Amino acid sequence: MSEGNAWVFGDEINTDLMAPGLYMKSSNEEMAKHCLESVNPDFAKNVTPGDVVVGGHNFGVGSAREQAALNFGTLKVGAILAESFARIFYRNALNFGIPCLFFPDYATIKPGHRLRVDAALGRIDNLTTGTQHTVDPLPAHLLEMIRAGGLMPHLKKRFASAK
Amino acid sequence: MPQTLVEKIIARASGQGAVKPGDLVTCKVDLAMLLDSGGPRRIWPRLKELNAGVWDPDKIFLASDHFVPAVDAESAGILKLTRDFAREFGIKNFYDMEGIGHIVLAENGHLAPGMFVCGGDSHSPMGGAYGCYMAGFGGIEMTAVVLTGEIWTRVPETIRVNWRGKFGRGVTAKDIALKLCCELGMDNAFKAIEYGGDTVRAMQMSERSVLTNMAAELGAETGMIEPDEVTLNAMRAAGRTPAADALSWRSDEGAAYFAVHDFDAGALTPQVAAPHAPSNSGPVGNYAGMAVDQAYIGACVGAKLKDLQMAAEVLKGRKVASTLRLLVAPASKQVTRDAEKDGTLGILLEAGATLLPSGCGAYAAMGAGILADGEVCITTTNRNFQGRMGASTASVYLGSPYTVAATAVAGKICDPRDMLGETVP
Repeated sequence: MSEGNAWVFGDEINTDLMAPGLYMKSSNEEMAKHCLESVNPDFAKNVTPGDVVVGGHNFGVGSAREQAALNFGTLKVGAILAESFARIFYRNALNFGIPCLFFPDYATIKPGHRLRVDAALGRIDNLTTGTQHTVDPLPAHLLEMIRAGGLMPHLKKRFASAK
Repeated sequence: MPQTLVEKIIARASGQGAVKPGDLVTCKVDLAMLLDSGGPRRIWPRLKELNAGVWDPDKIFLASDHFVPAVDAESAGILKLTRDFAREFGIKNFYDMEGIGHIVLAENGHLAPGMFVCGGDSHSPMGGAYGCYMAGFGGIEMTAVVLTGEIWTRVPETIRVNWRGKFGRGVTAKDIALKLCCELGMDNAFKAIEYGGDTVRAMQMSERSVLTNMAAELGAETGMIEPDEVTLNAMRAAGRTPAADALSWRSDEGAAYFAVHDFDAGALTPQVAAPHAPSNSGPVGNYAGMAVDQAYIGACVGAKLKDLQMAAEVLKGRKVASTLRLLVAPASKQVTRDAEKDGTLGILLEAGATLLPSGCGAYAAMGAGILADGEVCITTTNRNFQGRMGASTASVYLGSPYTVAATAVAGKICDPRDMLGETVP
């Protein structure tokens, strides 16, 4: 469950916009400062922990670079909602513990709307408009990983219990 | 029940008798490809954190190709770390600055029909030209792969794409790939693309792998081509003996496809994708006359020997326009050696091309040849998102090696058929 303000982006937001190649050698913290800067220069500066990123069609299209998804984790984004996701980005974001939900009604969300997202139930509450949306919840095996905090904590648990 | 090729491979790798699209399964990985960009530098710190090693060093292929050769302290450090990783874990299949991983993988016989391969790079579907499953994953997921030798996947639906007929002069596999980005869109996530038809059968591996490479631009899980004698001969040339059952890795008669598309290669013309997406493609004539600052022949998809030979066909006896620079980064050192031997390299240099090191380079805004604010580039690469090759105000057009070479001569975007004449050599 997360709650925060909506940051709204359009269709086919690609990984070069999320993690520009020019900064690929930088630290995670430095890289995150440039996340989506050419689309919305205020985003990385003003996003606050728990905020929700909303995209349109094919969110995260492009490269396998994990920094594209990791930047949202570094910026402590609470959830990503999009009409559809590119597959490598989708897997990367979940692996970093960021819930990603397919959200057909994405266009009803305006910048700054207050959203509450429950990935386990597949429920999105728009607290600004008072609207509720039901979407497909995350599959059980991914929910288990998200609850652990992502792939690394999940692997730690698995390897600790194996020892 | 009849199965498609991808279903058969996933059934085998997951130890199931049969699978169907939508099934969630865990597969055993036959080979993991790591590159310097998303490989050891991202994975090793995590292995240390887990106090764990790699599952099988002989099933790991490692190549340094993104940050090569080092240009600053950071890239030098990344390359050193990659070498140290190979030494620490005893990875024998380590190719240090030999060329782009996807190319070196095939050149050295690491691929075979029926294999289940995971790669730490989005263009990993390129390997599917050999009739294997090969998909791309991020460094975080590749950490789990090299640690456990396993990965989960949801069995993709298969889209069959058939091309029939003969190309006209100056039309190539790259033009097919760009046309498909427009026709099928870039949002085919959780689908496998299977390419077939007599046009594809007539192609050598170099061109087939252009199609499977750009399955990544279609957003697909992977791109695949059923193996035939061309595949087996390429394996033999790379020093690998095909297994007796290699040709059995094909879709069954009557297998269920999500969709089947049929296209006529004879009707296809040279295509160009305009900024800022590969799906923004159309006939080269739509953009003819656009002044260009840089022409780039590079990347996994567009700087193989065959690509350099196509460029040389246009550039032979011609000069690069004085208003434009032509950069050529052969896809591997083997490609450079072969192009030197058959005279191709000489033609490119004589025309005025600048030769760059083999690697991903400017294509990923990591190496030499990046663009300045407002500049226009035409390139044989596969992706032209905003900021992809440097400045976010730069414009990148995608085309075939013929189209890029013709543009280099004209100084503006140009239909290569204007320079090639009618005779096919």
